[in-house]
Amino acid sequence: MTVPDLPPSLLLSAGAFLVPLLRGTARNVYLVLLPLAALGLVALLPETTPGAGFSVQLLGGFEKLQMLRVDKLSRAFGIIFTLNAAAAFLFAFHVKKAAQHTAALVYIGSALGVVFSGDLITFYLFWEMMAIASAFIILSRDTERARRSAFRYFLVHVFGGLLLLAGIAMTITRTGSTAFAAYDWHSADAGTWLMLLGILVNAAAPPVSAWLSDSYPEASVTGGLILSAYTTKTSVYALLRGFEHWEPLIWIGCAMTIYGIIFALLENDMRRILAYSIINQVGFMVCAAGIGGAMAVNVSVAQAFGHIIYKSLLWMSAGAVLYRTGLSKCTDLGGLYRTMPMTLILGTIGAMAISAVPLTSGFTSKTMIVAAAEHRHLLWPWLILEIASAGVFLHAGIKFPYFVFFAKDSGLRPPEAPRTMLAAMGVLAFLCIYLGIHPEPLYHLLPYPVEYQAYTAAKLVTQSQLLIFSALVFFLFLKLLKRTPTIVLDTDWFYRKGAPLLTRALDSTLNGINRLAYRTLAQGLTSKLSAFFSDGPARLVGALATPLLLLRGLRGEALEAGRADLQQRSRNSAFPIGFLACIAVLMLAALVLVFHK
Amino acid sequence: MKPDPTTPSPGWFDRPGTHKTLWRFLYLACGISVVAECYVHREQHFSIDGFFGFYAVLGFIACAVSILVAKVLGYILKKPENYYGDLPEEEPADLDPARHDRA
Repeated sequence: MTVPDLPPSLLLSAGAFLVPLLRGTARNVYLVLLPLAALGLVALLPETTPGAGFSVQLLGGFEKLQMLRVDKLSRAFGIIFTLNAAAAFLFAFHVKKAAQHTAALVYIGSALGVVFSGDLITFYLFWEMMAIASAFIILSRDTERARRSAFRYFLVHVFGGLLLLAGIAMTITRTGSTAFAAYDWHSADAGTWLMLLGILVNAAAPPVSAWLSDSYPEASVTGGLILSAYTTKTSVYALLRGFEHWEPLIWIGCAMTIYGIIFALLENDMRRILAYSIINQVGFMVCAAGIGGAMAVNVSVAQAFGHIIYKSLLWMSAGAVLYRTGLSKCTDLGGLYRTMPMTLILGTIGAMAISAVPLTSGFTSKTMIVAAAEHRHLLWPWLILEIASAGVFLHAGIKFPYFVFFAKDSGLRPPEAPRTMLAAMGVLAFLCIYLGIHPEPLYHLLPYPVEYQAYTAAKLVTQSQLLIFSALVFFLFLKLLKRTPTIVLDTDWFYRKGAPLLTRALDSTLNGINRLAYRTLAQGLTSKLSAFFSDGPARLVGALATPLLLLRGLRGEALEAGRADLQQRSRNSAFPIGFLACIAVLMLAALVLVFHK
Repeated sequence: MKPDPTTPSPGWFDRPGTHKTLWRFLYLACGISVVAECYVHREQHFSIDGFFGFYAVLGFIACAVSILVAKVLGYILKKPENYYGDLPEEEPADLDPARHDRA
């Protein structure tokens, strides 16, 4: 079967603009079918040779934009992106607003555009389109909180995008080529570093990480679900494409895994817990990209693939709870197992998968990452990844389901999630378990041949020990984990508190200078000069006239009165004509005396 | 939403005895997972992972330390919900419209 040489990104982005024309169920069905069509397209597209795929001439005199680079790496990401989109739109059956769907389709289309881009310019254009569309997804919740959050989100991504643009411009200037190739760590220069930093902003690598936990939980029920899958994963794709073997990524990834765990443990809002969990999970992928080599690249892709499925499933179960109760804080929730058992069971399958419990997709991908670190004898990264694997179970595997569905009885008795939501969760839960038992279809999609056996007796025993003892600690330390109605400060503190502080600092310094200048110059100096020029001559006149007044025989009060009269006349410039004429004659006489030779 | 007074009995999780049973299962699972190590051959990759029950100890210590670190950091990083200023309570349009009727 031949398929048209059409970029899947165009299919979704162009298809997005049909959404407002459709109504009701027709629209919802269309929204599920469109990503499925894109999935078929991605699966069937033939692999391209570099520079041979679909391209467009955007500007005369420039190279053509290569919009279709199909190889195993881009295809694997393309398949999971479109598959997840179909499930997400099935979940979003209840959403009536066309605007959010349009933004979501453009966003997912741009993510596909990034993944299939064949050169740096195309890559950058789709990268920025993704940032704009995702900000609109957050905005479409239409609350003040969402608007403010979207504003911060957008500024951070503009910052990241500018770093990326600067890096791309420098790299193109240096190499003379727009190709997005693999960059060598040992010949890294400012251009490639800037590109890496721009990409890491989207990966939510600390310290520029707080945008994720700040914005995704402010998006709508389905907005958060859709956002959770794409921005960070296109970043992972970009790292695998261009920055494999870059050693700093190992440590950045390790830091992300631990940071995600600690902050998820501190959080009270269930969607924030899941947001921090994304950072933790992406840390594993970033670390694998840094380790590099066939095995590590395979595990990074496998992890991204599995992660998108189980993380979406977790966001869906949290979304269903939010949809039914309007609440998302652990302190408000609890005891929902009574009336939402299906949401609990399906969400727990996602929680088990993210924790890499045997027979789930997490087990077949995450143990591979640890094995990759073992394989390269990287002691510290290996140890940190093992610790993080235990921590994942702690915060996402147990904490999330426990505080939402068990813990205390909140008294809430919401009905079970709507059927379309359950159907979407069912599909993803099935995939979590299916890929856990039969990982071969996933392994087949990976860029390199897989020689990995997940199910060995030793791995089953060690992973079980790690997880069961983590669970033991959770319940032993339950008192320490008691939820409080609080938020957690993250690096967004610097701009959320820093920006008002900067405004106040600028206000007090610049306006202070203004006030000082007004007081000293406008009020002080000017009035003094004015007084000097009006009073000075008057006093001079008074002093000069005193001998004349004395000669006229004035004494005491009469003298004072005479002098005051003269001074007043001087201020008002109101001398009798004779007096002025007399002064003029005296002045002329003085001039004659001075200049007479 | 207020607690439903018509609920006849506590859910299975809140019944007396459930917690005790679950604790027993957890301890049993811990025991089985450690004993099972006697029957498998485990490769040693590093200098530190050789001893018996390494992964059980690692899981325990890793989680205990994570929780304690989070607890300590909580004293500095946890702030009241209106820390960044109060915003009006709004009704997002993406929620179940029927949820207020159930209250």
